[in-house]
Amino acid sequence: MKHFVLIASLMATGSALATDGDAILEQRCAGCHALSGPAAQSVPELWKRKGPDLFYAGSKYKDNWLEKWLVKPRRIRPAGYHYVQHIKPGKKRDMVDMSTLTPHPVLSAEDAEDVAEALMKRKAPADLITKGDFKGGSISASFGEMVFSTFNGCMACHEIEPNFGGLSGPEVYTAAKRMQEDYLVSYIRNPQAWNPKTPMPNKHTAEQNIQKIVRYLQALAKENWDEKK
Amino acid sequence: MKKNSIFPALLILLSVFASAVWASEAEDNYKNFCWQCHGMTGNGMGVNVQDMSVQPRDHTSAKSMGGRSDADLFKVIKEGGLAIDKSVLMPPWGGTFSDEEIHDLVTYLRKLCQCR
Repeated sequence: MKHFVLIASLMATGSALATDGDAILEQRCAGCHALSGPAAQSVPELWKRKGPDLFYAGSKYKDNWLEKWLVKPRRIRPAGYHYVQHIKPGKKRDMVDMSTLTPHPVLSAEDAEDVAEALMKRKAPADLITKGDFKGGSISASFGEMVFSTFNGCMACHEIEPNFGGLSGPEVYTAAKRMQEDYLVSYIRNPQAWNPKTPMPNKHTAEQNIQKIVRYLQALAKENWDEKK
Repeated sequence: MKKNSIFPALLILLSVFASAVWASEAEDNYKNFCWQCHGMTGNGMGVNVQDMSVQPRDHTSAKSMGGRSDADLFKVIKEGGLAIDKSVLMPPWGGTFSDEEIHDLVTYLRKLCQCR
């Protein structure tokens, strides 16, 4: 009898673990996302990854956004991850091959809460990110738009509103809704420190201009894009 | 004497193999980083061009590529369009590539345009 109780309680613990965020991550997410480092060190290795790395998700994403998005996911990268695998030659220019894009799985509200909690525990090494790196305050967002589009040409690869801008990178009009400002500052400053083979270049942007770009991304994210679509 | 004739042959084989590896790395780099704007065939009509203010260069055109020296091509890849008085839309890739990788890309570009 004692043994039966022990086995039963072990089984109960096992099923409790299965609903835990880490277990869901291993079962449902690990097929496409790297849950442990390092980032891809070669281009062919990068192409094998079907979604963004998640081993530093807790330093990258905003908790409340993660939970909402996992319940109702919508496409962030118009040409998927990685764009090289989702384009085809068109009449005038290369086009996104929509037939190769698959929607992100939908999670139940309960699972999304567990997964978001588990993801937020996965932090980047301390030397990659500094709390308070984004200064905020009274920085001009409109100057940030000039830095982003005119001086740096970032919109060549990123959409700044639905259906306007480049398609190979993630759209940026909800970037500040999705990602922590300190991460954005660090990533723009040195994308290769996070992902050596990312198709995003290091533009050697001056520190004050990085602050302005992130301020601009915050302003963009305040607009209600779902309504405007 | 026999040994001496095998070594040069091995060296040649090794260098052929190594240059094939470099060529495939240059091709992977071209796909991963350049396709997005310069296109899958290198014709300047990449997936991003629709809303671009300046058209990316057609790498398959001997006419538009012939006027650029290898040194210019190296510089524009490493330091970006502004370094050779061209568009800011061509970013600097010096943070991404080693100098050796950039030299290999220049060689790859010369194959695409079939020009010097």
